[in-house]
Amino acid sequence: MKVLKTLGYILGLPVLLVLIWWASTLGKPNFFVPTPASLVGTFGEVWFGERFFTDVLPSVGRLLVGVVAAIIIGVVGGVLIGSITWLRALLEPTLEFFRSVPPPVLVPVLMLLMGITDSMKVVVIISGCVWPVLLNTIEGVRAVDPVLSDSTHTYGISGWARVRYLVLPSASPQILAGVRQSLSLGLILMVISEMFASSSGLGFTIVQFQRSFAIPEMWSGIVVLGLLGVGMSFIFQWAERNILRWYHGQKEVENAA
Amino acid sequence: MSSTTQTSGGAAPGVERPRRQVRKMPTKQLLGLAGILGFLVTWELIPRLGLIDARYLPPASEVIAALVVDFGLTAFWVSVGETMKAWFLGLIIAVSLAVLAGFIIGSSNFLRQATNSTVEFLRPIPSVALIPLAVLLFGVKIESSLMLITYAAFWQVLIQVLYGVADVDMVANNTAKTYGLGRMARIRYVVFPTALPYLMTGVRLAATVALVLAITAELVIGSPGLGREIALAQSGGAISGMYALVLATGLIGVAINVLMRFIEKKTLSWHSSVRSEVIV
Repeated sequence: MKVLKTLGYILGLPVLLVLIWWASTLGKPNFFVPTPASLVGTFGEVWFGERFFTDVLPSVGRLLVGVVAAIIIGVVGGVLIGSITWLRALLEPTLEFFRSVPPPVLVPVLMLLMGITDSMKVVVIISGCVWPVLLNTIEGVRAVDPVLSDSTHTYGISGWARVRYLVLPSASPQILAGVRQSLSLGLILMVISEMFASSSGLGFTIVQFQRSFAIPEMWSGIVVLGLLGVGMSFIFQWAERNILRWYHGQKEVENAA
Repeated sequence: MSSTTQTSGGAAPGVERPRRQVRKMPTKQLLGLAGILGFLVTWELIPRLGLIDARYLPPASEVIAALVVDFGLTAFWVSVGETMKAWFLGLIIAVSLAVLAGFIIGSSNFLRQATNSTVEFLRPIPSVALIPLAVLLFGVKIESSLMLITYAAFWQVLIQVLYGVADVDMVANNTAKTYGLGRMARIRYVVFPTALPYLMTGVRLAATVALVLAITAELVIGSPGLGREIALAQSGGAISGMYALVLATGLIGVAINVLMRFIEKKTLSWHSSVRSEVIV
């Protein structure tokens, strides 16, 4: 009974929305909105086949490479800058400015510097995604509990061990908050770099459909991007739960007390 | 947030502060200034030394000169105005919709549970996925930008408002009930103040996202604004001009950040998180 109730809560509204959609397209066909049945049909036709390997996989690959590289650069740079006081003071205003530049404007700039290549798209993703991770890591490293920090000093823990067992764990909630921001940014930049300058990839394909007024195909592309976003968000939540298990546990204890 | 206090602490006359700190603050700002100068000098040297062709990366002095020229042009300010108009309208629409929806959904346990799956599914959909649809429906008009901005910013605010409404202290709420406060009064005096810090965080995040989407829409769709000017300058080979516009978008980004932090501080001046920062 309880399972049934949960299931009802999860599926109730989506089913209702699809029903409304189905009912509203029942009468006269609308040019802009395909019926649910035709969308599902087109979805299978368009995306399960050759296109999956020529457009979807390369796009996702670029996205993964870009985001992972951005996270590594951000965390390493953040730990470095966050631990050295004068370096932080030196770089912080400049970094704040870079963070404030809307990342999409990097697409034309990098197109000019690197030409329209795969590595250009990866660099676009990296240079947009690195800032949330970098600045959050700096903040997180700076906010390390001073008592813990002094204790590690007293015990003679320094160098890599200090980073591994003190700095990274205590900064990890902040770092992951940054990673969450950069994931959605990465997806946006992947699509834009392909829409603006490309001859393949998800973004390019969807724009192509729109320009040729292939409306159900266009919608199916939107669905693919949506599924990609949802999938990434679920993977992230799973990873966050595992990495920050200790942190959430600690919060619960603190809140209960 | 903590960096705001530091800079404002540096700007305020350090009357009650110990002398050591007063001396420390200017050093920090000087270092920051040195960092910016160092960056500009590096940028100047890279094309001058021929590491990157000056045709693709003009030296900093040229770009800044182009930016100064831009500042004197009406066309530049018209573009800035278009971008800011889309940003502002989109943000306002998104925030009002999200606050309304957030308070309605948040006030009922049933609605909260029933909408959870749908919200979690719709939220991560990248708003750029809607670009083709926006083009189809509205073409290159401002409505396209508004649609993208509103979609992206809406979820940021809604999630925060939902968290905020859920955070209401049951004791406070029951006390208010006991004292005979009606539904509207409770929303006004109990729920709203609790949710306000969350709401302001949401609005601050949404403001940044809205600018990104405003520029994106102009860049990709070609609705009027700075983004379109950047695309035009790039395809027209006005390279210094393009870099100058990129700098201008960065400056707008900084201005929006500063503005949002200021508004957050003003509206939450009563809240312990802001007050304690001021005292320390």
